[in-house]
Amino acid sequence: MDLFRAHVLVCCGTGCTSSSSPRIMEQFDQLLPQFGLDKEIKVVKTGCFGLCAEGPVVVIYPEGVMYYRVSPDDVKEIISEHLLKGRYVHRLMTMAVASGSAASGSFAAEDNSFFSKQLRIALRNCGVINPEKIEEYIAHDGYAALGSILTEKRDPFEIIQAIKASGLRGRGGGGFPTGNKWEFAAKVQNDTKYVCCNADEGDPGAFMDRSILEGDPHSVIEAMTIAGYCIGAHQGYVYVRAEYPIAVERLQIAINQAREYGLLGENIFDSGFDFDLDIRLGAGAFVCGEETALMRSIEGKRGNPTPRPPFPAVKGLFGKPTILNNVETYANIPVILRKGADWFASIGTEKSKGTKVFALGGKVNNVGLVEIPMGTTVREIVFDIGGGIPKNKAFKAVQTGGPSGGCIPASLLDTPIDYDNLIAVGSMMGSGGMIVMDEDTCMVDIAKFFLEFTVDESCGKCSPCRIGTKRMYEILSKITDGTGTMDDIKALEEVALALKNGSLCALGQTAANPILSTLHHFRDEYIEHVVDKKCRCHVCKGLTQYYIEPDLCKKCSLCAKKCPVGCISGVVGKETYVINPDACIKCGACMDACKFKAVVKK
Amino acid sequence: MGKTKMTPEEMSAKLDAVLATHKGEGQKALMSTLQQAQGIYGYLPLPVQKKVAEALDLSVAEVYGVISFYSFFSLKPKGETVFTVCLGTACYVKGAQALLEKIEESIGVSSGDVTKDGKYSISACRCVGACGLAPVILVNEDVYGRLTPEELPAIIAKYKEAD
Repeated sequence: MDLFRAHVLVCCGTGCTSSSSPRIMEQFDQLLPQFGLDKEIKVVKTGCFGLCAEGPVVVIYPEGVMYYRVSPDDVKEIISEHLLKGRYVHRLMTMAVASGSAASGSFAAEDNSFFSKQLRIALRNCGVINPEKIEEYIAHDGYAALGSILTEKRDPFEIIQAIKASGLRGRGGGGFPTGNKWEFAAKVQNDTKYVCCNADEGDPGAFMDRSILEGDPHSVIEAMTIAGYCIGAHQGYVYVRAEYPIAVERLQIAINQAREYGLLGENIFDSGFDFDLDIRLGAGAFVCGEETALMRSIEGKRGNPTPRPPFPAVKGLFGKPTILNNVETYANIPVILRKGADWFASIGTEKSKGTKVFALGGKVNNVGLVEIPMGTTVREIVFDIGGGIPKNKAFKAVQTGGPSGGCIPASLLDTPIDYDNLIAVGSMMGSGGMIVMDEDTCMVDIAKFFLEFTVDESCGKCSPCRIGTKRMYEILSKITDGTGTMDDIKALEEVALALKNGSLCALGQTAANPILSTLHHFRDEYIEHVVDKKCRCHVCKGLTQYYIEPDLCKKCSLCAKKCPVGCISGVVGKETYVINPDACIKCGACMDACKFKAVVKK
Repeated sequence: MGKTKMTPEEMSAKLDAVLATHKGEGQKALMSTLQQAQGIYGYLPLPVQKKVAEALDLSVAEVYGVISFYSFFSLKPKGETVFTVCLGTACYVKGAQALLEKIEESIGVSSGDVTKDGKYSISACRCVGACGLAPVILVNEDVYGRLTPEELPAIIAKYKEAD
């Protein structure tokens, strides 16, 4: 085996790939031989490091130096300075927006506040290994758990017991104990059973499942094979969103490699156990993240949910006993079995064990993927790991759980995150999207945004969801247009309750959560919209007026020329310009046109 | 998506080849067959639906039911150049709505529609997963991130010139 004195890790997750990391790889491959370094330096394509806002990210080991926002043109300098002469390229070591490494005077990735508060279990291999090489996964103890189970022919119920003891709960959002789910399916007698993986990450703003599939696909394959052994299944399906081409490609490469190595297919580890995996592509339906809908979709049907019971463990895919877990849940399994249930159960809070990956996004400096032990507070995530709010704006809320979740306001920033606490404050864990909102985000508008989503994505099968989401969206539109009344707020709450009690699946049952939680924590904003006809964030167009500050107006006439409806009057060089609010269509063209910032929203 | 260079005969031949591999597999092969068919035609017109239904031994109604359920399947052709604006939460909070409005204004059609000459279409999508680059738009398969409305005219002009 060749020995290299340094390793260059280039992030090739979706975020960094979009901002030209493949070209950075090409540059390294082209230039290293020119400097005569291609035998000493190894360039590795890895999955996501998590710090997506600062991408493309390049890390150089053994020093652990992290370079941010690298462009293909920077590669030559990194090679000639860092790799050849040992001098760091300092201009690429400062994060563009936040504190972190530069402030602490340290250059190592581990000392960066973004990473120091994290504990990476599910993401352990992301950004560390090349996901397209099975050897690298194996070198990081990959397939060791599966190997010991199959070669020792361990009792499936003993393994299930270990998973139960670890306290692992479903990471897709519901939080159902994983071990119990496996036990139900294992106890059902049937010759044909299935193992499924939910990678239909439809929650807008969540991308941890994608990152795991892109950065460490073998951990999911290993876990699904173990699940198959435990319940007595010989076929598995991974249901992936079609919107994730890189994840699909890498998972397919990983499945092919596992087959070549005899880790999938017939007689795995000479144990007589057969198991194989196939990918099924989704086609853009949010409801297919619901377990019964997902199985209908794998069967090639419309993704309509079906009533439970019967639960999938009894009657699932093609009518056979089936277990379905989320990508992140599976990624935890091999480590739990290797390091022991006690180790895993020692991390986290009383009822939520282990870690959770969050996709931190929105109005926060360090946008990216973070994995924290359960019990970490919202404040630590937003301010320590996330580096706070850009432009020194005030924090307003974080939204978790996507269209099924709710908002956590500033007063609850010190809530320790676990399944039960998030439900207690009116939100939910969800799959792990965490969107930060600042003072400029209108909470009524955000509720409307989520309702527009659920109206679109409701499958239409049951009427509470089909009709209820639409009515709630209409009421919210009335409120944001400035024609809402206090009765509308009452009606919202009534419809919300009907939805919660009457809907067939979780999509409808939770669709009102974004409204109920914003109504609970930000009722004053709703009342402002209805009574004072005012949107304090100037987001709701119906409640916003454009106005020209006479003191700032330079009488240049540019705004009047741009106005598509001719509602701005004045005289060039003589009279300040004035907008006629009755004729104004609130397009904002005058505001874009004014060079003196004289046009403001009121 | 994007420009299709195949002639109708070539497309038809390619579809026949795909259908031959799935012949008689029934409902469970429907999703992947439709995905491949859309990959060839760019959308799923009625004649294609009929051929798929026949090959898989399904009714056209069942095929149409699945197509109309999933947003990935399209019954209308897309433009040669497709502008897609991500309206996921992270992008929305960072002003994606303003980007969408600006693009609609400069192309002259609204989201979901194609220009009369078939050259441009606009669509909104739910989260491409590049939240670190929010707000994000895609032009065909090129990704543009961390955008402001002021940067859009230059991007749009680039694709108009390329014609």
